[in-house]
Amino acid sequence: METSPVATEDRPRRTPAPPPATRPEAPVAWPEASAIRPEAGALRSDAPSARSEARAALRDSAGVGLAFLPLGLAYGALVTQSGLEWWWAGLSAAFVFGGSFEFLLVGMVAAAAPLASIAVSALLVNSRHVFYTLSFPLHRVGGRLGKTYSTYALCDEAYALTTGEQARGWSSRRILWLQFSLHLYWAASSTVGALLGSFIPDRVTGLDFALTALFTVLALDAVRDLRGQLATPALAVLSALFARLLFPGQLLPAAFVLFTAALLGRRLATSRTPRHA
Amino acid sequence: MPDTGAMPDTGYAVAAVLVSAAVTWALRALPFAALTPLRESSTARYLSVHMPAGVMVILVVYCLHDLPVTEARATAPLAALAVTVGLHLWRRTALLSILGGTATHVLLASTVFAR
Repeated sequence: METSPVATEDRPRRTPAPPPATRPEAPVAWPEASAIRPEAGALRSDAPSARSEARAALRDSAGVGLAFLPLGLAYGALVTQSGLEWWWAGLSAAFVFGGSFEFLLVGMVAAAAPLASIAVSALLVNSRHVFYTLSFPLHRVGGRLGKTYSTYALCDEAYALTTGEQARGWSSRRILWLQFSLHLYWAASSTVGALLGSFIPDRVTGLDFALTALFTVLALDAVRDLRGQLATPALAVLSALFARLLFPGQLLPAAFVLFTAALLGRRLATSRTPRHA
Repeated sequence: MPDTGAMPDTGYAVAAVLVSAAVTWALRALPFAALTPLRESSTARYLSVHMPAGVMVILVVYCLHDLPVTEARATAPLAALAVTVGLHLWRRTALLSILGGTATHVLLASTVFAR
């Protein structure tokens, strides 16, 4: 399977566009088919067609999206095992759309935690999204509706994929399709997981490792984009370990604040000294 | 609100989802209005290059933070992590790495290190 999300559609086609009727590969019996074929659409203008953008987004999301499968199954199974109804898995997956918090939410709802403490937990666990604002390419997403949905579906995986090096040329449509595919994979696999949950024997545990594996893969890819600047991941590990020691109950927000401060400090320190390269 | 153990009341379970969704969306959308003017600065550009890798590394540590390092059953997640990293450095196929790591974990956690 294709590993690199870099799609050929990114490159503007330089081939001069012949009239559609004379194109040898266009089916003779279906001349209007060239209008819906992505290749034909891309040939006529430099902008890729809607369909090829959607297809590229499907490819971009495939690796992560298929990883949502074991994770969604685990989530759905956890929901039914916690005594909640199967549809609640789909509902929470579609509406909250933040995997790591949802796993916590199941436990809180099963224990009938007050809504106020659920709100505070959501605020703390998901506060990292504030930091995504600084680099998520929302300026490339067009339209009020597009931007609204894009912020709504800004999950960790969408952030990781759209801020990677391969995503620099992605259009509004491609970003939105990517987010929509991820959203769909997650909601669907959670619902299926809840429906199948009762069939998974109680002895089978540990499906939730899919979340750790997913973040590990995204971290390795992001570190590779830095081209050997290992100081950044080292600062991140240190921030997380300090946060774990100092604020064990609030590891995530504490780690993000420490990490951002460390990056800003490093930026200040390096901008004062002249570059030697 | 029902007692723990019983199935939670439907209205409450739906309200919990809506509250979480509202808080999460606010965190994802509102900062754009406040922070967009900062985007053009060179510091924001610096952060945008370095943050994604650090954020994902922190999320990995977060997932592993309650690892019982002194107990034998910590072997399952650590072995699974090694498989994930190894597969990814070798083949760079996200799906293979994630499925390989997860399968390793399920296998070990359900058999050798089953509680």
